[in-house]
Amino acid sequence: MKQDIILAGVGGQGILSIAYVIDNAALKAGLNFKQAEVHGMAQRGGAVQSHLRLSDEPVFSELIPRSSADMILSVEPLEALRYTDYLAPEGIVVTSRTPFVNIPDYPELDEVLEELRSLGNAVIIDSEALAKEAGSVRAQNMVMLGAASDSLFLSQDLLLEFIRELFDPKGDKIVETNLLAFELGRKAAASE
Amino acid sequence: MKSEVLLGDEAVALGAIHAGLSGAYSYPGTPASEIMEYLRRVLNEGGFKAAWCINEKVAYEEALGVSFAGKRALVSMKHVGLNVAADPFMNSALTRIGGGLVVVVADDPGMHSSQNEQDSRFYAQYARIMCLEPADHQEAYDMTRAAFDISEQWNIPVMLRLVTRLSHSRSRVQPRETRAQNQMKYGEPRDWTLLPVNARRRFSRLMEKQDEFVKASEESEFNSLDLNADDRSLGIIASGIAYNYVREIIGESKASPSLLKIACYPLPLRQITTFFDHVDSVLVVEEGYPFIEGQLKGLFGIQEKTVHGKLDGSLPITGELQPHLVRKALKLDALPQKEAPGITLAGRPPQLCQGCPHADTFRALNQVLESYAQANVFSDIGCYTLGALPPYSAVDTCVCMGASISMAKGGADAGIYPSVGVIGDSTFAHSGLTPLLDAVLVDSNMVLVIVDNATVAMTGGQPTALSGDRLYQAVVGLGVPEVHIRIITPLPKNLAANAQIITEEIEYHGLSVIISSRECVQETRKRAKQERQG
Ligand code: SF4
Repeated sequence: MKQDIILAGVGGQGILSIAYVIDNAALKAGLNFKQAEVHGMAQRGGAVQSHLRLSDEPVFSELIPRSSADMILSVEPLEALRYTDYLAPEGIVVTSRTPFVNIPDYPELDEVLEELRSLGNAVIIDSEALAKEAGSVRAQNMVMLGAASDSLFLSQDLLLEFIRELFDPKGDKIVETNLLAFELGRKAAASE
Repeated sequence: MKSEVLLGDEAVALGAIHAGLSGAYSYPGTPASEIMEYLRRVLNEGGFKAAWCINEKVAYEEALGVSFAGKRALVSMKHVGLNVAADPFMNSALTRIGGGLVVVVADDPGMHSSQNEQDSRFYAQYARIMCLEPADHQEAYDMTRAAFDISEQWNIPVMLRLVTRLSHSRSRVQPRETRAQNQMKYGEPRDWTLLPVNARRRFSRLMEKQDEFVKASEESEFNSLDLNADDRSLGIIASGIAYNYVREIIGESKASPSLLKIACYPLPLRQITTFFDHVDSVLVVEEGYPFIEGQLKGLFGIQEKTVHGKLDGSLPITGELQPHLVRKALKLDALPQKEAPGITLAGRPPQLCQGCPHADTFRALNQVLESYAQANVFSDIGCYTLGALPPYSAVDTCVCMGASISMAKGGADAGIYPSVGVIGDSTFAHSGLTPLLDAVLVDSNMVLVIVDNATVAMTGGQPTALSGDRLYQAVVGLGVPEVHIRIITPLPKNLAANAQIITEEIEYHGLSVIISSRECVQETRKRAKQERQG
């Protein structure tokens, strides 16, 4: 049993927070995992990605081999498309539909969404609206984690435990916002 | 002890603490920064010292002082940092290291955040010392501990070589028991004073130990040799992170070629000989330069055996390894690929943050330089290097730490006008003071812009050594006349005024320094957040 996930987004969107929750949940669940991320120059407002691998067998490579990711989980639609060569034929894409436009040549959003739909297994979530509903537009990463959660082989409870732990230093209100964001994302994906 | 989720860098830091670390020193640089970040986070519980230093050379020498006192020291840096520390590094191999000295160098194959992809294993070989190369997080932890022991056993510095993918990936680490720090034990002057008379003796001693290092490498628990008795056609030699890619791909294909994992240098000769006797051809998979492969092949190759790897194009000679490249080198079919997206995916390169002070500095500079036929801007290492990209396209060079100033001075010598250097406050402290003094001595016709954002921003906001008033005083102290030290605040509303000041200093024929000073917006945010959280 293994699950290889590409996390994608733009520097500053909080994909490493998603990774933190999954990593710690995996540790507690007794799974093997490796998670490769980028720091430094590559981070400044540029495309960022993280390879996250879970398995009950030993995990060797830090990087997911091409054509074998089970999921692309992206907080940004254009970024979801950037890594499709890593996706296995039956792999799924769980992505936000909210564009992050910080480049002059960002393609038409409709075309991006059309491409995503043409991949087959894509779950496209309005993370901005749901994060706002939860109380903060910054919680889009947790909306997306929620949207992916039913497909992860980690229990809800474990994920929620580490969302609490992650946001605890920022106070109860932010914890609640992120838990709600997760829940709204989960529901939205379930009704897709 | 409980297992933990750690970055490769953090596993090294924890391994060092548990090995009885007394002092750790570093200068920020991706992908090594998180070693010191971790040590500084747990400093209060530690009973050891851990400090960001002015540069890697200074960091190395401070660590050397700790070792002289008989205590264990760690010095960590990115690969190009070892160029800066090369002087103490090479020479320290001739001293009689007392307390274990572990030199952690993180290479950056693929240049995620660097100017080159040099392979530090060559440095270890150059200094004739031992080097360990972990493949995973547990090994990063265990080898750090082992490296201290090897260092104390042979009285040499020991290198631990990391690469970006290990430094910056997270996995589980099982810590072990904690060791006490060493007692004070002073070094002998004759073993540490590298006058020719001592250095010759010490160098001979180092050469005498070389065979023993090979033996130690052969006995290292970290190497492993698996021979397949049934299939002798191909064997794979892999080291470090490359070993993981090999295991991944052969696991998938259910093949089991003979496999030699090399984790310790100098090369373990006995295992390599056994391996070569067993197989007809060899594929060498290593991250970085063809270090192992080149040594195996020598000048004339090996009779009746073929060696594949980076030198014959089986694997790419540049860039970072990836599992699919190993798959290809093993001549396995590529997995079926999804069709590429039908639209052009606009690239999203890194860029200066919204509101970054450097953006305002470059806007002012560009506006001024437009009216000169041939202006050149020599820049340096930091966030402001991104000024090379559109929309600014304001930078002509970026070579190494401090080169902005020396190149601008050289350019001015050659007749470039205006010759402008742009350097950050921390890079200036690291390697800018000496070239500026050189420019002062001849009153070079150049303008140096020091972009003072009060932090080491690119690597995540480490403390800077020379900012604000101290920076100003340092520039005065070096002898730049105060009338030609100008301070500007890079803000959109000051664009015209700042451009005016830059113009004045370019029109002045002699050395000027403009300090463009405003805090990095990420730091401002971080501080505000900390204040909110109390
Ligand atoms: S981190 Fe600071 S210095 Fe670097 S680009 Fe962002 S605002 Fe500018």
